Amino acid sequence: MAIPSLNVERGGKLFISGPSGSGKTTLLNLAAGLIVSKSGRIMIGDRDMAKLSGGARDRLRADAIGLIFQQLNLIPYLSPVQNVCLSTRFSRARHARAGTDPVKKARELLGAMGMHGTVVEGRAAELSIGQQQRVAAARALIGQPTLILADEPTSALDGLSRDQFMTLLFSQAEECGAAVVMVSHDLGLAANFDTMVQLQDIATFGGHHDAD
Amino acid sequence: MMLIDLAARSLWNRRGLALVTILSIALSVVLLLGVEKVREGTRASFAGTVSGVDLIMGARSGGLQLMLYSVFRIGDAPNNFRWNTYLEFADRPEVEWMIPISLGDSHRGYRVVGTDGNFFEHFQYRDGRGVVFASGVPFQGLFDVVLGANVASQLSYRLGDTILINHGLGTEALAEHAERPFVVTGILEPTGTPVDRSVHVSLEAIEALHVDLAPEAAASPSAALTAMDLTPTTITAALVGLRTPLDTFALQREINQYAGEPLSAVLPGFGLLELWSILEIAESALRIVSAIIVAVSIVGMATILVSILSQRRREMAILRSVGATPLHISLLLLFESVLLAALGTAVGVAGAFAVLVLARPYIERTYGLYLAFGGVGWWEAFLLLLVLTAALIAGLIPAWRAYRQSVADGVSPID
Repeated sequence: MAIPSLNVERGGKLFISGPSGSGKTTLLNLAAGLIVSKSGRIMIGDRDMAKLSGGARDRLRADAIGLIFQQLNLIPYLSPVQNVCLSTRFSRARHARAGTDPVKKARELLGAMGMHGTVVEGRAAELSIGQQQRVAAARALIGQPTLILADEPTSALDGLSRDQFMTLLFSQAEECGAAVVMVSHDLGLAANFDTMVQLQDIATFGGHHDAD
Repeated sequence: MMLIDLAARSLWNRRGLALVTILSIALSVVLLLGVEKVREGTRASFAGTVSGVDLIMGARSGGLQLMLYSVFRIGDAPNNFRWNTYLEFADRPEVEWMIPISLGDSHRGYRVVGTDGNFFEHFQYRDGRGVVFASGVPFQGLFDVVLGANVASQLSYRLGDTILINHGLGTEALAEHAERPFVVTGILEPTGTPVDRSVHVSLEAIEALHVDLAPEAAASPSAALTAMDLTPTTITAALVGLRTPLDTFALQREINQYAGEPLSAVLPGFGLLELWSILEIAESALRIVSAIIVAVSIVGMATILVSILSQRRREMAILRSVGATPLHISLLLLFESVLLAALGTAVGVAGAFAVLVLARPYIERTYGLYLAFGGVGWWEAFLLLLVLTAALIAGLIPAWRAYRQSVADGVSPID
């Protein structure tokens, strides 16, 4: 599979759809620097993910990217607040951008996601799936990353929680100025995005892939 | 550091497994420290049994054997030597005092020691402490007996009780001298030495035990015996105290070359050195076994950590997705190993001291072994450090496996 070009602006919202097995997750893994392509470029800001060493890729991901998976996003034995703070623990830049007190910032983000009080201090394993995905979103957002990569984050949610989740994700992403790239086969979500592409439409042989 | 915090929380999340691992390490540490304590205790016990004695004298035998039977009351004397020989050496100007020892009889499994007043006056143990009477006085009459602390407490004897003494060392009487009962006139304070397990009588009493009375005297044996001349003909050993230790080697040579009969003399310190060299074999064996058990428990810990790695793929993937490098992941595993080992060691140290406190009275009573209640010394601290180092090295295995796994998995182990 090859993609000639695919861009998302800072603060933009890109929806990538495609049937199962079409390479959506692979594309996100490439963008996050979790897989390295043999050719082509993956630009995060002015840095080429594909040309960095393993350690530098990990650092760039920690500093600039927030990831949200379909499910099982949380470390079960940490509290929601501690889960959110994980992002700031592996990245000095995000720790610095999260303000003087990342724990306070984490509570604020969770509050904005509609989670207050004791629920954010208990064990993450005890949350509903909808709550877990909101914690995952807060973790992806803390410390103002430039890019949020979400891989079918709503597939385990029912309709109401799905809409709630999308609204919260977008409002918080806008607040911190992050671009959102989401892959999903659920076309019902596409309406909220600036841009929508079908993977089977843009993927051909040869060329390169940009994410900005 | 945050990875340590994360490691602690991760272990708490798996506290069942963690507890088993910690307990297995703790038990091995208890064993390791126990062996060391018993080793130290045994040495201190042996070394403290005799103090202030310059030479030990007995019939010709090896120095260690002489020490074993005369002071530690282990084994039997090959021979006795003549009382006159004893008197001859006791009269020498360089000799300050001598304690005669006559062995060979027993009372309900406890050895009977024939000696004289010098024993109560000059015998010393552990850094120059003398024997002290808990109650009563030294033996005066022929049928008086002074009991060591353990003999009195184990057999519930009090002052004024009468006891019977057997000929020979069997627990059951070969021929109990029923007609010659002894009266308890003194009970000694505990010393932590074989004195506690000894029954002390006069040299004359030992002779009296072995006199075959004529049938007409048997009606009133005490009277008949008291009238007899019971000066001993032979004794088993003698402890020699010199005016100046400078004469020790000269006198030792003289005793060893004594023309009258074959004798041996040994310096207690040399006898102990010989004893250590034998004990060392047993000590090394115990140490090797306890080291192996520590190693097994640490390998067990590494095995458990490796075996649950595959269940932890999701956890590692999440950490990777928020920016943890594979090195972070392997450090997390390494910290888990070290935390488990450190907790195990701490529990083990506490356990070892608990066992020591609980078992000490029993060990002291049963084996006459006094286990010192010192803290963790330099040597023990070094051993504990070795345990932690071993855990760190063993922890490299799960750490390395986690590194490989997280590099291979990235953030999407399920796909």
